[in-house]
Amino acid sequence: MKKLFLTAAAASLLAVTGASAQTKVGVLLPYSGTYAALGNEITLGFNMALEEAGRTGEFELVKEDTEAKPPVGLAKARKLVLEDEVDVIMGLVSSGVLGAVRDFVDGAEVPLIVANAGNDEATGEACSPYITRVSFSNGQVSRPMGEWLAEQGVKTAYTLAPDYAAGHQMVDAFSQKFTEGGGEVVGGEFTPFGQTSDFGPYLTNAKSSGAEALFVFYAGGEAISFVKQYGSFDLKEDLPLYGSGFVTSPLYVAAEGDAAVGVIASLHYVPTVDNELNTKFVETYKAAQDKAPSEFTIQGYDAAKALMAAIDSGASDRASIAEALRGLTFDSPRGPVEIDAATNNIVQDVYIYETVKEGDGLTQKVLGKIEAVRDEPNGCQLD
Amino acid sequence: MDAGFWVLQFLNALQYSMLLFLLSIGLTVIFGLLHFVNLAHGALYMMGAYLGISAAALTGSYWGAFILAPLGVTAIGALLYFTLIDRLRGAGPMNQVLVTFGLIFVFLDIARLGWGDIALGLDAPAGLSGTSNLLGVSYPTYRLFIIGLGAVVMAVLWLVLARTQIGAMIRASVENGDMAAAMGINVGRLFFAVFCVGCALAGLAGVVAAPVFSATTGMGISILIPTLIVVVIGGLGSLQGAIAGSLIVGLIETVGAAFLPSFAAVASYLLLAAILVLRPQGLIPARGT
Repeated sequence: MKKLFLTAAAASLLAVTGASAQTKVGVLLPYSGTYAALGNEITLGFNMALEEAGRTGEFELVKEDTEAKPPVGLAKARKLVLEDEVDVIMGLVSSGVLGAVRDFVDGAEVPLIVANAGNDEATGEACSPYITRVSFSNGQVSRPMGEWLAEQGVKTAYTLAPDYAAGHQMVDAFSQKFTEGGGEVVGGEFTPFGQTSDFGPYLTNAKSSGAEALFVFYAGGEAISFVKQYGSFDLKEDLPLYGSGFVTSPLYVAAEGDAAVGVIASLHYVPTVDNELNTKFVETYKAAQDKAPSEFTIQGYDAAKALMAAIDSGASDRASIAEALRGLTFDSPRGPVEIDAATNNIVQDVYIYETVKEGDGLTQKVLGKIEAVRDEPNGCQLD
Repeated sequence: MDAGFWVLQFLNALQYSMLLFLLSIGLTVIFGLLHFVNLAHGALYMMGAYLGISAAALTGSYWGAFILAPLGVTAIGALLYFTLIDRLRGAGPMNQVLVTFGLIFVFLDIARLGWGDIALGLDAPAGLSGTSNLLGVSYPTYRLFIIGLGAVVMAVLWLVLARTQIGAMIRASVENGDMAAAMGINVGRLFFAVFCVGCALAGLAGVVAAPVFSATTGMGISILIPTLIVVVIGGLGSLQGAIAGSLIVGLIETVGAAFLPSFAAVASYLLLAAILVLRPQGLIPARGT
């Protein structure tokens, strides 16, 4: 009898420790440099999802600053895997850093949940069963804009983007769909990345091209400079501005002010997406932060959602977490999402939105929704 | 491409040149007079933009920022002068470069802590926010304002240096500091005054640039390189050199951007290399060698 009791006690003890076994999460994000704001926003979203589920105790976070520099990112990824022995890595803002850590996490067989970096190849020809993306791919965000713009009857467009991988991928994806829809890209330029502060010469070129519309991709400080300068040249009538949604991201659109009003862009999330989950999400965020959330918040939030769902399905170690993430479906404030079993990239709705005035501030008016945008495998073979 | 296109691109070039001028003039005069390489000059420009944004929020007017930001930056400059720069005067260029380079990162973090990581914008004043018709094209009024402001600063500095007694004292001190001191000029006080004017102009450039470019923590570093190119091309320490250098660099970068964007990034570096090889003293050196 006594023995039986002891066994039962031991078993229940085991059950308790089993349930409270922590998952160690390496958070690999830029906390200094140009992208620090994005890193902080993603972290905020991640923690928000854990708190909401009341499961902060289940996850131990080890944060490392990539400084958005590929060599630093790789060194920090090694540290997280070899020294901290994390079960899973979450983060990555810069595609350059993602490129640098790709072979390492693939070789070390550590699941990586990408919470921003949109480089098409990461879930295309360089895909890996260990790399899951819950944010977006560059092509995924831009293709719907090309499609939608052609549908509106716009015939000619001029394109501008910074001269690096993301700029080229955004413009290529837009141009492809716009041309397929019957439009014509009459010209375009790639501006030196990180070195262009005066867009006047490019705007003058765009104007003299005679195109009906201007499509651009810019992000962060460049987006603010670009949109403000576009506004100051008074081009809204002759050359309306369309973009990949980051150009008027809710995170910094306030700094662009009135110049952003009327800009139409495509993005995988805006705070005005109309569904119950999002209403609650925006309310919770606003109560804590006193501003609207952005696509970066949701990317961090869904990274945690995906991870929790993987754990709930019985995953506990590196291999099983990676396996469980693949093909996962869940409801997000941005709409229903799915991790594509063919590429490990997210499948999601993309919204066409216009930045409009609301009282003293700016808000996003959703004009259209392209449902369940899925990337072609593009040479990705996971098995 | 019609005439209007060329007028627009010319105005774009002129506008960029004037911003470069406001920055490089401070840097070059400080170097000419104090023989001091102040790499933190770009950081002062950044502080001008951020202080301008705060001042505009505080006073509710762009013009409040326009006055207060240069004053604020001058105060920062004066503080730096007494705590660091005055002590480093005799320490040799290597120490000066290291200390002022370090200051760039100090200011970068001050801006991050004070204003956050997200880029900020400043609205142009109501009267200057639209476009104006000039030479048959419509051009942003605020950019015309920058061109005008640059021209006024240029003219005032020219007059002061060439026509006033203070100007003569500055020129004498640049030419031969010891002799100027022997003639009864308080060279130390003069240097301090010139340093402050240089800082004020950097602050002015920052607050003037803020409505066109956004204020980011990286703006001080990214503007530093074109400014140094202007100063080296024009000739270290020379007012005319700064004018010529900023016009040349502004023109090259704008024309490059308009016609060969992939080349624009290297065009001014090529010019810099050519000048260093063919005419290392710069186009218009401060004094005969």
